[in-house]
Amino acid sequence: MNNSLLVVLIASGVAYGTPLLYAALGELLAERSGVLNLGVEGMMLGGAVMGFWAVERVHAGTAITLAAALGIAALVGALLASIHAFLVITLRASQIVCGLTLTIFAGAVGLSSYLGNGLNLADIPARKTFNPVFPGGMQRLPVVGPIVFGQNILVYLSWLCVIAIWLYLSRTRPGLNVRAVGESPAAADTMGINVTAYRYAHTLAGGAFAGIAGATITLALTPQWVNGITGGAGWIAIALVIFSFWRPELCLVGAYFFGALQALAPQLQARNISLGPTVLWTNALPYVMTILVLVVVSSGTARRRLGAPAALGNPYVREEH
Amino acid sequence: MHVAVERRLRQPRWLAVVVPLGSIAFAFFVAALVLLATGIDPLSTYRQLFDAGFIQSGSLDQTLITTTPLAFMGLAAAAAFRVKLYNIGAEGQMYMGAIFGSAAGLYLGGRGGAAPLPIAAMVVAGCAGGCVWALIPGVLKAFFRTNEILTSLLLNYVAGLILTYLIFESESYWRETKGFNATVFPTGKPLPPSSVWPGWTLHAQGGVTVPLGAFLAVLAGVVVWGLHKRTRFGFESQVLGDSERAARYAGVRIRRKILAVMALSGAVAGLGGASQVGDFAHALDGDPNGLQKIGYGYTGIVVAALARYNPFATLLIAFLIGGLQNAGSTLQGPSFPAGLVGVLQGIILFSALGGEILVRYRFRISRRSKGEAASAAEPAS
Repeated sequence: MNNSLLVVLIASGVAYGTPLLYAALGELLAERSGVLNLGVEGMMLGGAVMGFWAVERVHAGTAITLAAALGIAALVGALLASIHAFLVITLRASQIVCGLTLTIFAGAVGLSSYLGNGLNLADIPARKTFNPVFPGGMQRLPVVGPIVFGQNILVYLSWLCVIAIWLYLSRTRPGLNVRAVGESPAAADTMGINVTAYRYAHTLAGGAFAGIAGATITLALTPQWVNGITGGAGWIAIALVIFSFWRPELCLVGAYFFGALQALAPQLQARNISLGPTVLWTNALPYVMTILVLVVVSSGTARRRLGAPAALGNPYVREEH
Repeated sequence: MHVAVERRLRQPRWLAVVVPLGSIAFAFFVAALVLLATGIDPLSTYRQLFDAGFIQSGSLDQTLITTTPLAFMGLAAAAAFRVKLYNIGAEGQMYMGAIFGSAAGLYLGGRGGAAPLPIAAMVVAGCAGGCVWALIPGVLKAFFRTNEILTSLLLNYVAGLILTYLIFESESYWRETKGFNATVFPTGKPLPPSSVWPGWTLHAQGGVTVPLGAFLAVLAGVVVWGLHKRTRFGFESQVLGDSERAARYAGVRIRRKILAVMALSGAVAGLGGASQVGDFAHALDGDPNGLQKIGYGYTGIVVAALARYNPFATLLIAFLIGGLQNAGSTLQGPSFPAGLVGVLQGIILFSALGGEILVRYRFRISRRSKGEAASAAEPAS
C-alpha cells in the first residue's frame, strides 16, 4: 500500500516541496514588507553550494555539522539579499532589474558556479545528509508512515516556520508593523515605524530562508552539488507567493502540490509508465502548471481578494510622499 | 554638515554616459579586491582577459561569436524593458527561433533553390518562432493580467525541454539519424550548404570574419530604435510604460501595444536563435550542456540594462561583454575559474544600478542645520 503511486507521490511531494516552501516563506516575508526580490533562484544556489561546502569541510558530529551547514547557507542567502536590500532600499534602484541581476550574479553562470568549481565540490556525494528522524517501525505504518513519519527534520522545521510566520504576521506587534510597511509606508512612517529598518530586516530574512531552501536541495533532496541544481525552483517559489495570496499556510499547500508535480517525472520513469513523450511532459508539467495557476489566480474574481501588499515594488522616499 | 538628496528636475545627458562607464571602472576595482582576496593577481588576470577577448589574433573572430547572440538578446530585452514589459524569456524565444529557423533551413536548403532563399526563409522562420513563444506571456499579460516576468521565465525551461526532446528523446525531423556517430551520441541534422549563413572577411588584425548575423543584429538595432523613436507605436508604448492610466485616457489600445511589444521582442530573440544555427552551429543544438548552459538570454538582460535600454548602446555593450565572455571561456582552467566572468558581469551591473541614483538624484552638501535644508528642498518635490 505504501508503494502505491499516490502515497509515494504525496510523500515525495512533501520532500520536493520543502525547498519550495522555505524559499516561498522567505519571499513572502520580503514582499510583505514591500520588497520584491527576484533573486530567489540566485540566493538558493548560493545557499546550496555553501551549505554543501560546509558539510564537506566541517569535521564534527553529524548534528553539529548539519546545523553549521544550515547556518552558513542562511548566512550566504542573507549576504546576497543584503546587496539587493542596499541597492533597492537605500539607493532606490529598480527592484525588478536588481533582483534579476542578483540571480544572474549568484546563479548558474556566476558566483555559485565560481564557488562550486573553485572549491571542488562537483561530482562528490554529500558526506552527511538529512535523514528520516522517526524509527523504521513508524515509517512503515500504512499511508501516514511515509508521508508524515518518513521525512527529515527540515520538513518538520518548515512546519514550525509556517506556524511561526503565521503567528508573527497576524498576532504580534512587529508582524502588524511589517504589513503596515508593505501596504502604506508613508502611514507607517507617520506612526513612527522605521520603514527602512523593517524592509532591510525582512529582505535579509527572506535571503536566509532562500539559502536554507538551497541547502535543503543539496543536503536532503539530492545530496550532491551540480551547477544550477535548483532548476527554476526559485522562480516557482516566487509564483507560489502569488498563488497563496501572500499567506504562509497556503504556501504550504501550494509547495506540496508543486513538489508532487516535480516528483511525478522520476516516479513514472521508475515504474516504466509511459504516455506519449513522457520525459518531456512530466518534466515540463511543473512549469506549465505554474503558468496555468498564475493565469487563474491573476484573472477575474480572484484578483479582487488577492492580498498583494499595496506598496510592493515601490521604493519609499519620505520627501516624495 | 548635512547631505540633502534631491530629485533632479533635468537629467544631464553626459551623466547617462559617465555613470555606466564609472560603474564599469568601479566594478573592475571591486572584482580586483575579490581576486586579491582569493590569491589571484588581478592585473595579470585583466590583461589576460583583454588579450584573449580583443587583442590576440583571431580573438575578434571568437568575440563576434559571443557578441552576435548577445546583441540579439540584449536588443530583445531592451525593446521590452524600455516600455516596462519585463520579458525575461529571450532565452526560450531564442530556442524556438533556432527550432523554427533550422526547420526552414533543413527543408528549403535540400531543394537546390537559389542561396538567398533558404537563408531568407530561416530569418523569417526564426523571427516567427520567437514571436510565437513571446506571444504566450504577451496574451496572458494582455488578456488575463498575468505577471509576464514569471510566465516568460518559466517558458524558458519548457522551451529548453522541447529542444532537448527533439534531439535526444525522439526521432524528430531535426535529429541526425544516419551514420555511425548518430547511434553513439544524438546530434542535430547538419544544415545543407546552401542554408549556411555567409560571413565577410575584413582585412584588419589579420582578417576578421563578420558573420551575417552580426549585420542583422545591427539592422535589428536600427529597427528597434526607429520603431521607438520615430513612430506613433513607439510613442504610445512609451506612454503605456510610464503610466497605464495616462495611456488609457489618451486612447491607446493597451492590449494591442502589449502584444506588439512582446512580438517585437520575441522576434528579435528568435532571429538570434536562427543566427545561432545558420551562422555558428549549423545544426540544432539540443544538448542540455550546450547552448542551454551558456544563458545568452539572461546575459542579454545585463547588456540591455547596462545600455540603459538604448539599442545602439546595447550593440556596443554586447561587443564589450561578448569579448569578456569569450575571454572567460578561452582562459577557463585551474588559474582562471569558471563563473568569474558571470561574477564580474553581476558586479558591473550592480554598480550601474547603484550609480543610477546619481543620474536621478543630486546630492547637495550644505553646512546648514537639518531643518533649514529640509524646508529648502521642499519646492523641488
